[in-house]
Amino acid sequence: MSKVLVVTSGKGGVGKTTSTAALGAALAQGGKKVVVVDFDVGLRNLDLILGAERRVVFDLINVIQGDAKLSQALIRDKRIENLSLLPASQTRDKDALTDEGVAKVIAELKEKFDWVICDSPAGIEKGAMLAMYHADMAVVVTNPEVSSVRDSDRIIGMLDSKTAKSEKGERVEKHLLITRYDPARAARGEMLKVDDVLEILSIPLLGIVPESEEVLKASNVGAPVTLNNPANAASRAYFEAARRLSGEDLPVTMPMEKQGFIAKLFGRRVA
Amino acid sequence: MSLFSFFTRRATTAPVARDRLQILLAHERAANGRSDLAAILQEEILAVIAKHIEIDRDKVQVKLDRGAAVSTLEIDIEMPAQFKKIAGAAARN
Ligand SMILES: Nc1ncnc2c1ncn2[C@@H]1O[C@H](COP(=O)(O)OP(=O)(O)OP(=O)(O)O)[C@@H](O)[C@H]1O
Ligand SMILES: [Mg+2]
Repeated sequence: MSKVLVVTSGKGGVGKTTSTAALGAALAQGGKKVVVVDFDVGLRNLDLILGAERRVVFDLINVIQGDAKLSQALIRDKRIENLSLLPASQTRDKDALTDEGVAKVIAELKEKFDWVICDSPAGIEKGAMLAMYHADMAVVVTNPEVSSVRDSDRIIGMLDSKTAKSEKGERVEKHLLITRYDPARAARGEMLKVDDVLEILSIPLLGIVPESEEVLKASNVGAPVTLNNPANAASRAYFEAARRLSGEDLPVTMPMEKQGFIAKLFGRRVA
Repeated sequence: MSLFSFFTRRATTAPVARDRLQILLAHERAANGRSDLAAILQEEILAVIAKHIEIDRDKVQVKLDRGAAVSTLEIDIEMPAQFKKIAGAAARN
């Protein structure tokens, strides 16, 4: 059965688009049919992160307004054949997104794909609300930092009250994805600890994605990090998260500091 | 290309990023205010073809590839095996 997943955060710049591309690619690399939908109307970026920016003809708003068929707006990834993108409009504003229009597009996507992954814009305005409204599941992207955690708490509240599921008395399945985690700074006590974030937000942990220069490199060349450098620690965290989303029960890998030979030899005894 | 650049080329991704952005932004700036060019072109091209051949709007694919020097607009129109000419098309228009 097909699942609608929203990648959301409240706060801007925490890694929603990076995570949408990486999780979408990881699920597609695992054989699932995946579409990633950019809801960031006016500031689209998912096309750029996926390296499809030169091929955008029609977008979500064109489909909603009937200027194009859904099949005409979908862009198939050239490297991962199960992965498609539905771009956002770069020139219109959010008001062109209508409730009924979005509902119709999501219903049509659910017929074609196993996973419909919606990349939410930052904020709690209309765009973010529409991106989450049809969700069965949510990935709440949080950086281990006070303002991000606070905004995530707000978004979790909205997932519980402002979605189609919540209106029916059902629950959106929520997962916490901690991104841009820096193990060295966490060890020095300069960054919120994973356990603290988990305790405050109290939703299940999907994964911990370390801060990694590979993420920037992948965005430079327009490839999801899981495709550009699958062996990298950030990619491994995304692959793991994708398996967990698919229902596998596996322990979350804690990113480790890069250690010297001596430190490795003696192990990490300091808790 | 020097031997040095041959060895460093693969490692650096920033030049790729710069090239991608230059192409994209050149197109976005030029398209300012004409965001629906592709939609308009599709409508008008289809209208011309529809005068002569019956076409199914669902069987039309428009593909675009924006390049630095040239871009290509590709319009695929699937026609039925024995496509029907619209009788009197020439006369009507
Ligand atoms: N694990 C990571 N390591 C290093 N940099 C990262 C990581 N994740 C994201 N980034 C960087 O953080 C920046 C913001 O990421 P991204 O665009 O994915 O965030 P966003 O939440 O979608 O932002 P917005 O709210 O504006 O849509 C980008 O420059 C991206 O490369
Ligand atoms: Mg984004």
